[in-house]
Amino acid sequence: MSTPLLPPIGMLAELTHRCPLQCPYCSNPLELLKANRELDTETWLALFSEAADLGVLQVHLSGGEPTLRRDLEQLIAGLAGRGVYTNLITAGVGIVEGRIEAFAEAGLDHLQLSFQGARPATTDRIGNHKGAHEKKLETARRARAAGLPLTINAPIHRHNIEEVPEFIDLALSLGAERLEIANVQYAGWALTNRDQLMPEREAVDRQAEIVAEAQERLAGIINIDFVTPDYFAIYPKPCMGGWARDAFMVTPDGTVLPCHAAQTIPSLSFERFEPRRLSSIWADSPAFNAFRGTDWMQEPCRGCERREIDWGGCRCQAMAIAGDAAATDPACAKSPIHARMAMLIDEAKRIATVPSREEAFVYRRIGAVTESA
Amino acid sequence: MMALRERAVVSLRSVPSLPKHVRIQYDPLRQAFAVLSPEKIFWPNDVSLDILRRCDGRSTVGDIIAGLAADYEAEQEAVATDVIAFLQEWSDKLLVRL
Repeated sequence: MSTPLLPPIGMLAELTHRCPLQCPYCSNPLELLKANRELDTETWLALFSEAADLGVLQVHLSGGEPTLRRDLEQLIAGLAGRGVYTNLITAGVGIVEGRIEAFAEAGLDHLQLSFQGARPATTDRIGNHKGAHEKKLETARRARAAGLPLTINAPIHRHNIEEVPEFIDLALSLGAERLEIANVQYAGWALTNRDQLMPEREAVDRQAEIVAEAQERLAGIINIDFVTPDYFAIYPKPCMGGWARDAFMVTPDGTVLPCHAAQTIPSLSFERFEPRRLSSIWADSPAFNAFRGTDWMQEPCRGCERREIDWGGCRCQAMAIAGDAAATDPACAKSPIHARMAMLIDEAKRIATVPSREEAFVYRRIGAVTESA
Repeated sequence: MMALRERAVVSLRSVPSLPKHVRIQYDPLRQAFAVLSPEKIFWPNDVSLDILRRCDGRSTVGDIIAGLAADYEAEQEAVATDVIAFLQEWSDKLLVRL
């Protein structure tokens, strides 16, 4: 191995796949796990304790909708007791009164709230949940009242890219410290719905200008993080900061993965917490070692001066588009099939503008898709 | 839209503190102090750590500069330039409250 094995710093815990929303770009896998497959409270607490021993300093509690877990307060308290920084990633719909206060009391450090649109009609349509927007506004107000720092997360695509200035106003009006303008990443459900979600070039360029201007104008007032759209990129994103380099994630049934979409790579198999320990999975799992460091790289990555900046980009995107998980991420201009990204953008535009296909989303729910697209 | 909050500008009279979402914590595994924030973890060097630790919500920037100059046996003016630039940068990232 060319790079020494370092302990992980961050962990994403997908506590459940259950969710009141049905966003067509959900990062959960197409095959959703039902409630009876979820780890129980004691197992999550044991896993968190091992994670802290292993060096994890920050845990993102996500889902599905993590607040559907009735033991969330207990899980937060367990992490806080170990000095782990906790970030709750919620859709903010249907959280009963008093619970956000209980999360804060248990030691929650930060809350991230998603908005599918800056306008109520957009939020309700994308999540396929009537009244969602109003409930989210209430969640934001309650989080602020409980003294919790707030990030607004806005997943961006064709149907809300024009709302970016309104997202900025919304985040300011809610008193958020941070706003994520996060262009949808095309894996899982988003890949299934890619043609419906892909924005157009002009809109992407306009968005970049608006965000850059707002970042400068609002320095010291709100932090705006911009997750740019891969298909329009020159260089790929260093997905997860490099495969199995300093973070990992755990699915509701305790399967430990290097990233969200890793299960779309058919050559890899993954292990579960209990019987396996986190420390042995992190160090020895063949799936974690498959793309760790730079030894696995082919050209043009292998000889590239950016190989330890981009880490080859996203393995799952290489799998989905190049058909080879060890290929250069096609988002990179140096990829031999980079031109395919532009073709996919044009293809999406052609399909999405056919009136009968407009907004023909495959909404996320159990049984909506039987095999991956 | 509600009235915009304003960007804070560091002065010698500012009283910096760490906001609730930022915390300094010793990591025994890595034997270093980490600054934990919502998405990022920082590993400040000794001088940065010394500045951040003095952001206690009671000391003014003037006090912090005087204290650091004494501890490091350095010219106040040189220290002042560095401390003010550091605090402005951290304030602009909302990691320090003024």
